This record gives sequence, C-alpha cells and structure tokens, in this order.
Amino acid sequence: MKNMSKGLKRRLGLALLLVISLLISACSPTKEADVKSTTASANEPYKIGAVLDISGNSSSLGVPERDTLLMMVEKLNSEGGINGHPVDLTIMDNKSDETESVLAAKTLIEKGSLAILGASSSGTSMAMIKTVESEKVPMISLAAASSIVEPTSDRKWVFKTAQSDIVMINKIISYLKKNDLNKIAFLYMNNSYGDNGKKAITAAVKDSGISIVAEEKFDANDKDMTPQLSKVKASEAQVVIVWAIPPSASILTKNFKDVGLTIPLIHSHGVGNQKFIELAQGAADGTLLPIGKLSVAQQITDADPQKKVLESYIADYVKKYNSEPNSFGGYAWDAFNLLVSALEKAGPDREAIRGELEKTQGFVGISGVFNMSPEDHNGLKEDSAVLVKVDQGKWKLIE
Amino acid sequence: MGEQLLQLLLTGLTLGSIYSIIALTLVTTFNVTGILNLAQGEFVVIGALIAVSLQGTGMPMAAVFLVSVILVGILGGLLERLTINKARGASSLGMLIITIGLSISLRGLALLIWGTDTYSLPAFSQGGSIMIGGAALNPQSIWIFALVAVTLAGLYGFFEHTFWGKAVKASVYNQTGARLQGINLNTISLLAFVSAGGLGAAAGVSIGPITMVTYDMGFMLGVKGFVAAAIGGLSNVGGAVIGGILLGILESFSSGLISSGLKDAISIIILLGVLLIRPEGIIGAIRERKI
Repeated sequence: MKNMSKGLKRRLGLALLLVISLLISACSPTKEADVKSTTASANEPYKIGAVLDISGNSSSLGVPERDTLLMMVEKLNSEGGINGHPVDLTIMDNKSDETESVLAAKTLIEKGSLAILGASSSGTSMAMIKTVESEKVPMISLAAASSIVEPTSDRKWVFKTAQSDIVMINKIISYLKKNDLNKIAFLYMNNSYGDNGKKAITAAVKDSGISIVAEEKFDANDKDMTPQLSKVKASEAQVVIVWAIPPSASILTKNFKDVGLTIPLIHSHGVGNQKFIELAQGAADGTLLPIGKLSVAQQITDADPQKKVLESYIADYVKKYNSEPNSFGGYAWDAFNLLVSALEKAGPDREAIRGELEKTQGFVGISGVFNMSPEDHNGLKEDSAVLVKVDQGKWKLIE
Repeated sequence: MGEQLLQLLLTGLTLGSIYSIIALTLVTTFNVTGILNLAQGEFVVIGALIAVSLQGTGMPMAAVFLVSVILVGILGGLLERLTINKARGASSLGMLIITIGLSISLRGLALLIWGTDTYSLPAFSQGGSIMIGGAALNPQSIWIFALVAVTLAGLYGFFEHTFWGKAVKASVYNQTGARLQGINLNTISLLAFVSAGGLGAAAGVSIGPITMVTYDMGFMLGVKGFVAAAIGGLSNVGGAVIGGILLGILESFSSGLISSGLKDAISIIILLGVLLIRPEGIIGAIRERKI
C-alpha cells in the first residue's frame, strides 16, 4: 500500500466510484419500465398507473400483463381515447418485491394517477392495499388471493380481476368428489399466494368428507422439492394438490415424476402459462388444473358468452407479439377494460371511478363475466373456470 | 420411514453437489489471489445462460459445454484485466468491493441480454431418475459429482506436480518472496480469473438442468457456495467439497423432517456459528501456512 503510485490510487478511486454508483443504482427504488406518452390532443390525458412484477420471481406473470397493457393503451389511444381524452399509462416494475410495490404505488399516486392496476402477485398486491386505502385511490389487482378484496369493509378501494382461490378450489373439490378421492396431500408455496390457497382449501374441505393427510410447503426459489414429496409418498394421500407458480411449480412437477409418484397431480391456476409446461420438460403431461377459459378458447362452445371476447383478444395479441396470450395477460385485459368503462362514465374523479367499478354488472371479460357488488369486489363465480389437463404439452378441456 | 430417509439423503447429495462445485470455484480463486470473488455466482449464471442460447442453435450438448466454458473463461480474464489488475495493491476490502461491483454489473448485463425469463437446460444423459432402494437419484447429480471429482483431481495435479502450480502456491504464501524468485504475479492473477470463469461456467451448465436458470439466481448460489466454503475453512479445497455436501444434506433433512421454512435459516445459522466459534472451518484444522 505504501508504494502505491498516485496513478494507481486515482484509478482505484475511479473503480470505487464506479462500484458505488452501481450499488446506488441497484438499490434505488423501482424504475419506470415504460411511459406511454400520448399523441398531441386538445384534451387533458387521463393518467393511470400500473405496478407489475416484471422482473424477479413472478416475472412470468408480470411480463404478459405489461405486454397486454401496452397493446391495449396503444389501441385505445389510436381510436381516440376515452371520450376524446387520451390515456397516459405509466407502468412500474416492482421486481416482485413487496416493499418496491408500495414505493411504486406511492410514486404513481404522487404523480396523479387516477387509478392503479396491479400488482401481479398476491404478496405484492397485499402490500399496496394500505397505501391505496389511505390515499383513496382505486386499485385493481391482477392476483388470486381472496384476502386482497376481503373483507370488503376494509377494502373499499380495492378490486381484482383474477378468479379468487375459492372459485378454483371449489372447481377442484367438485372434481375430487366426482372421482371419489378423499385423502389429499396439499403442497404450497411459502408466500401469500400459497398461504391463501391453504386457507381456502382448509375452509373448503371442512364437512366435505375430504381430509388433508399431508401438508408441506416450499420456497419460491427452492431448487428441489423431493424432501416434501417423499413425505407425501409416505402418506396415504390419493391425490396431490399444489398451490404454486413456475419455476418452483415446474420443478415440483419434475420431482413428482422422478420420485415415482403415480397418483393424480392437481395444480392451481397459478401455472396457467406455457412456461410451466416448457420448464417441466415433459413432466407436466397428465397434470390437472382449474383455469380461466382463455387457454382453451378454441375448445369451448360457441354459446359461451366469453367466446367472442376471448377470440378477439387472442387475435390482437398474436398480431402484435406473434405469440399466444395467457391468463395473466387476460387479468390485465379485464382490469384495463373495467377501468376504461368506469372512466367513461365517471371522468377523472377517483371517488366516482370507485363507485362505477363497484356497480359493474354483466361485464364480459377474459377471466369471466364480472358482477361486482359492495360485498364482492371480484365478481367472478365458479362458471368462470374450467378444468383442463396437460396433454402432450397442450391444455385440453376435460369437461 | 427408511425409504424417506434415504430419499432425503440422496436429495441432500444432489443439493450438496451443487453447493460444492460453487464452493470449489470460490476457494480456488481465494487460494490463488487472496480475493474472495463475490461475482463467482454470476459466472455460474452467465455460463448457464450462454449454454441456453447455444443450445437453442441445435449445437450438441458437449460442444455447448465447451464453448460456454471457454467464453466465460475469456470473460473472467477480461474482467480481471479491466478491474482487479488495475487495482493491484488495493486492500482486500477494496478488492471485495470491486467484486461486488462486478457481480452487480454482470447481473445487469444478463438481465439486458436474456431478460427475466426462466430457462431450462437439458440433462446430460437421457432417461429418468435412478432408483436406489425405493428412493430416486437425479442422474444429473452424478454428472455434477463427476465434475467435482475431475476438478479436484485437476487442482491437486496442478498444485502439487507442475511448476506453475508451485509458483502459484508460492505467490499466495509470500508475494514479495515469490516476486524475488521471478514469479510473475500478474499472469497468475489473470490465470486465476480465467479458470474461475471457466469453472463457474462448467458448474452453471451442469446444475442448469436441476435448478433451471434465471438471470438473478447467482446471488443465492454465491451465498450457499460461500457458506459451504466457510464450513470447510475457506482455503481448503477438500473442505469446500465436504462443506457443500454437509450443507446440502442438512438442508434436505431439515426441510424433510422438521419444516421447509427452516432451510435457508439453517445455512445462515451454520455460517454464523462457524464464523463465531471456529473461523478456521469445522472440517479438521487446516495446516498452518509455512512461510
């Protein structure tokens, strides 16, 4: 150190400066992923915000949601916006982190967003609730957990478009009853998505004659679930139900085959994207799951009220991105259009927007037909889901 | 119960093989340069991600492995020339901070190139898991163990039986003394980072089929590798391997028999315990360095 030359010292100083600036940039709060500015227009634009899990663990949810929102806002603005007002959408990435989610929501509110779409997963959505409730800003979450909108007395400003866990659990329970499977093993992710699934299933199996004989959890970034599955194998479970999202859900599916379990494997709607099948590398075949109708749009009957909406979303998405949309993009489609129709009637007034959202009736969306009420801020019933099986890497409707 | 215990043991071995290979690369760089390279996890990830891209072109897996190892080796060397070498003479804390910077930059680079998607890599050998007494062993973990064994043998041969290996050892023990003997420290540091990159990539391509690959998994891998290396005493190559396997087995048993929530807590508690009670590592006492 003593004989270090001046030049070296300066260079070292520079290197340290570089490192420090990198550290600062890495630690700084959420970055703005994209700002869709508007074309010249006489009317004041309507500012809305979105907080999505674009990077990090839940990126398989956030990315299609972002793509859908960008597509929708472009289309809306090219068609003249809402009553002549263009929409100015700001999308923020919360990096699948709860703290970042709150910071992003606060930034959006400070910038004057009329409403917030997001977040993508249950944990990041739950984190924002306190902020939007105290700031009185309508929020439409894209995540599953029912506790995001319940109890509605504490969730005046919060809505959501993804089917609640209980809708999906009921779908699964009726399948179990039909097939006389009454001893289940329940495996879930150690986060709020998994916890809410666990709460919902524990409540649903009460007095149904079905018992949970094994219950295990794992972390979102676990690389091997064989220990949990080996416990299941030692139990007398007739079916395994898993509440998780990829990549951990895919790893679990691979492990499931590896340890030689042959009982049925039922996943949640959290795996409703092609990525799940891809990452499981063939192990997903035979897996059952409840899911929104989007993934099997071609297989549902023409009489279904959603058929037309589904087909038009798929056509638009394929045209723009050259790939099939998934349920998560669908949640964003629903949230965006619910908000647009509320904005049409209410104008740029947060209180009025909230009121209109709550009055939504018979809104045909991608995830189902929405009928909101002061007691139900999700508005979807069991008919919004179907049961599918993975068959040679494709979703196949089984009812 | 017996079957379950055996399954947990085999799973622990699989996890352990992953941790050992990363610990091994950490310890090698540390031994040679005295630098704790916190960007090691990123080398592993970049190696695996390059393999994902190469594999997409239809290249055979063996070629994918080699090309990825070579490319990341070159990257390691390049980074050493651009950062570590420029800061030669800096304190070890300074070096540590530089490697943190490298790690963040590499993660950013991976994010820009490969995005946030999770990728999978095909296993080296086809066919399902091997059944041993009713428990399943992932064949990929055998490949990882093979890699660990080859690396260990290679390192041993290099350090004990070649002139350069001895030169490297000498330079670690006493830099000034080595320089007086005409050993070029400059080249040795470059060599260390080239091999850290190459080994990291080899580890990445091997563990990819089990862990899947995302741009940001390097950090956690680095932490686990570091814990494994610390258990083994940080400068003990064999200790690193044993430390990794021990950690894998402990994690597997604790999540299988107690609770899965405890898994990460256990590795951190072990690390704290080792650092507080036996900073020289719990795997045997390391021989005193003779100068």
